[in-house]
Formats: sequence, structure tokens, C-alpha cells
Amino acid sequence: MLAATIRVAGDIDVAEECVQEAFSRALITWPKLGVPAKPGAWLTTVARRRAIDILRRQSAHDRLLTDVVHKDGEPEAITGGNPLIADDRLRLIFTCCHPSLSIETQVALTLRLLCGLTTAEVARAFLVSEPTMAARLTRAKKKIKTSNIPYRVPTQADLPERIEAVLAAVHLVFTTGHTAPSGAGLMRRDLVERSLELARMLRVLLANDAGVAGLLALIVLTDARHKTRTGPDGTLLLLSEQDRDQWDAKAIREGVGLVREALRQSPPGRFALMAAVAAVHAEASSWEETDWNQIIALYDLLLVSWPSPVVALNRAVALGIAQGPEVGLEALAQLAPESQLSDYNYLASARADFLRQLDRRDEARVAYLEALTQCENEVERAFLERRLAELDP
Amino acid sequence: MSEYLVLIYENEASWANADGETAGKMMAEHETFGKNNASKLRGGNALHPTSSATSLRRDASGKLLITDGAFAETKEALGGYYVIEAADLDEAIAIAGQVPAPFGGVEVRPIRVFD
Repeated sequence: MLAATIRVAGDIDVAEECVQEAFSRALITWPKLGVPAKPGAWLTTVARRRAIDILRRQSAHDRLLTDVVHKDGEPEAITGGNPLIADDRLRLIFTCCHPSLSIETQVALTLRLLCGLTTAEVARAFLVSEPTMAARLTRAKKKIKTSNIPYRVPTQADLPERIEAVLAAVHLVFTTGHTAPSGAGLMRRDLVERSLELARMLRVLLANDAGVAGLLALIVLTDARHKTRTGPDGTLLLLSEQDRDQWDAKAIREGVGLVREALRQSPPGRFALMAAVAAVHAEASSWEETDWNQIIALYDLLLVSWPSPVVALNRAVALGIAQGPEVGLEALAQLAPESQLSDYNYLASARADFLRQLDRRDEARVAYLEALTQCENEVERAFLERRLAELDP
Repeated sequence: MSEYLVLIYENEASWANADGETAGKMMAEHETFGKNNASKLRGGNALHPTSSATSLRRDASGKLLITDGAFAETKEALGGYYVIEAADLDEAIAIAGQVPAPFGGVEVRPIRVFD
């Protein structure tokens, strides 16, 4: 609804006001005249009409700006049909995730304008104060307006890169929710659900895009395990300790189907490969039955298309599980100079775990302590502290 | 249509050390850029290095202070600019991306219009 109104208004602030006005009008008229047959369409129509009124009154200069926004549309045609609204949402997400905005700003705008979170809720997602987030959003909207960031689907030539930017923003929402960077809970379910919602929306809007299928698969498959990631007392459970019968079988079926589709693109995209790793875990009947060589091969492919130190770390861990802790330690040692990983607690905790398996207790103790200084999630901290305590017989 | 200023920031030392062949190639590249985007160009200039710059500020009492050098000392300095016309930021980026700047990069800024 907001998206549809922005297309008419050509300005996010004006559109937000129009939508609010439509809601207040509904509060007045619906009790008197009854709720219309299609309340959503009614609200959108009212908001867009209001936007058109405002447009008509705007100065010639402002109208120049908005011309760009709906030059390829027919702003007066209020059909309320779904295709139009779908188009508008797609335009809006490409505006929110424009590469000229920082990734944090992209995510904040997406949560605010596409997920409909309030400014206070977006502020909570970023662990900043509401005035700070309000200022950030205002700055972003101002930049969209002054630099004339277009409100449309990018040209065919730019599309692959721009879709990748959108996927990166949605993925960041998911990873932030999947393991909260700090705080009392392991997960932030609200953010996971928003990311799933966005990925499903993209799947509808960009039905033939393999990258979108890959990201949705990754989220669905990873999240299929969410109920078993902590025990009844809230402690962290490793993949090897989780009750696989409790995994969401329906989600796994859906995810595996999506992975197959996503992997048909050649070369396979980053999210498709990550989802394929999640699928190998999801389909293994037990930790012992997991096809680690398949996982290593997938990480090898991922390193070609997406050479990131985090991927290399994941590969090293898989290698250590498949070929023994000594091999794993050796692979981790080769990563140590990577400055990007220097304060990434999973490097120290992976090293600690291999050292623990080799009974090199003093070194393991140092590594656990190092991981603890870098970890701010309380559930993960409790896990590391338990492991550290177990080192002393 | 909006106007954008494309600021070319480059390492001045690299320019100073460039040989005649490199400098000639750069001039040719700017000419090609100009020809390819003639309908979008509203102006542009190359600047002398920051060693030729003079900065002016007023102190607390309002007295004009004249100092030698650029306003801000940075490794990459403003060395030239284009004024372009574009439908939106995407088009501006598409044009600015063709500006030759081998020793640095460019910054795109929308030009403000006052009523």
C-alpha cells in the first residue's frame, strides 16, 4: 500500500502521510458505512487519491522531480489489482537497496518501508535509540530525493548486480536474527521472520531468479532447525546434539526443492551454494551420517565465486570434522593472518574445539578465553564458559 | 532531469610522475568521454595541482586569513570536474563511471536547485 502510494507521490514522506490519512479516514467512515469488501484496496485507493491531490498542488519544481518517478506509469489509474502492487513493491525494494546507500541504511529502509516496522522497531533491530534511527531514516530519504535515486526496476544490464544488492540486504536481516550479535537470546525471531517474509516476497516478484530461490532456500533450510538450536533450559545445542526428528520436515522439503532449482544456474550463485550446504545437513539422518566431503566440495565452489575469509573458516571446520582435528587446526592456522577474522569469535572457538579434541588443554583454554572476549551473545558465551570449565577435571 | 557535479579525485603524485605517453593517453580518453557523452555534458574543467591552491577563511574576529594550499590535505585531491545532466542517479552513475580516473576515482553530487 505504501509502495503503491509512493509511486504516485514520488516522495516517501508524502506517501507515508497519505497512508496515515487513509487509515484515519477509515476510522471515521467504516463505523458509519460499514467495512468495504476489499479494505486493503479501499485504503490504497484513498491514499493514492490523496497523493494525487497533493501532487496537483505542488510547485512546478517539485513536480519535475516526481515526473521521473511515474513517467512510465499511469498514476491516475487506480485498479487496486495485485500485479500493480507487486510492481510497486519491487520498485520500492530496488530504491531501498540502491548501492549508493550504505548497507545498514538499505536494511533500515527495507525494514521500515517494506516490512512496515515502526521507526522504534527498526531502532531496536539495530540496537540504537529511536531518535538516532529517525535521523538516519530522514537522511536516507533526503538522499533518495536530492540525488534522485530512481523508483523503478533497474535496466536489464544493471539487474543482476542490483538483485545481488537486494539479496545481500535481506541476508543481513536473516543473519542478524539467526544469531544475534549481542543480547540474551541466541536468535532474534522477529528479524528471522522479517527476512523470510522479504525472501518470499522476492520469490513472487522475481520468480525466475536463481539467486532469489537460493536465498529463500538458505533461510528456509537454516530456519527449519530453529526449535532445536537451544535446549529446554535455553543452552546452546550443537548440530551434533540436536534432535533431528524435531526439524521442520515440511520446510526442509520446500528448501531442498528450491536448492535444486537454484543450482541449475551456471555457475551457481553464492546463496544457492550456501543453501546446498544447509541441505546436506538437513537431509543427513544423523551427525555421523553427514556427507562432509560433499560439504567441503561445496565450500570449494563457494570460495571460487565468493572468496571470503568466513567461507574459508567454514571449509576449515568441515575439513577438521572429516579428516580429524589435526588437519582442521592446520587449515585454521593458514587463516590466522586474515585480519577480517581477527575479532570473529568463531575462529577462536573452532580452534579451541579442535585443541580440546586433541586434549591440548592449555592451548584450548587460551583459545576459549580469546573467543569469550569476542563473543557478546549470552547463549553462546554460556556455551563457551561451559566448555572452558570442562577442561579442568 | 537533474544536474550532477562529477568531481575527479586523483593522486597528484601519480600525475606528476606520469610520462608524456600516459598523459597523452589520458587526454585522449577524456576527449573520447566528451564525444560519447556530448549531449549530457554541461561543462567541465581540469584544475592545476593543489600546490597552486590558495585557501581563504575568516577567523573569529572576521579577519580574512589567506593560506597556501588546498582546503583539506588528502592523498587524493580534486583535480577536475564535469557537470552532467541525467534523468536520475542511475544514469548519472552510468556516465560518471566512464570518466577516466586511473589514479583515484570520482564523486557524484547532485546540484541543488533553488526556486
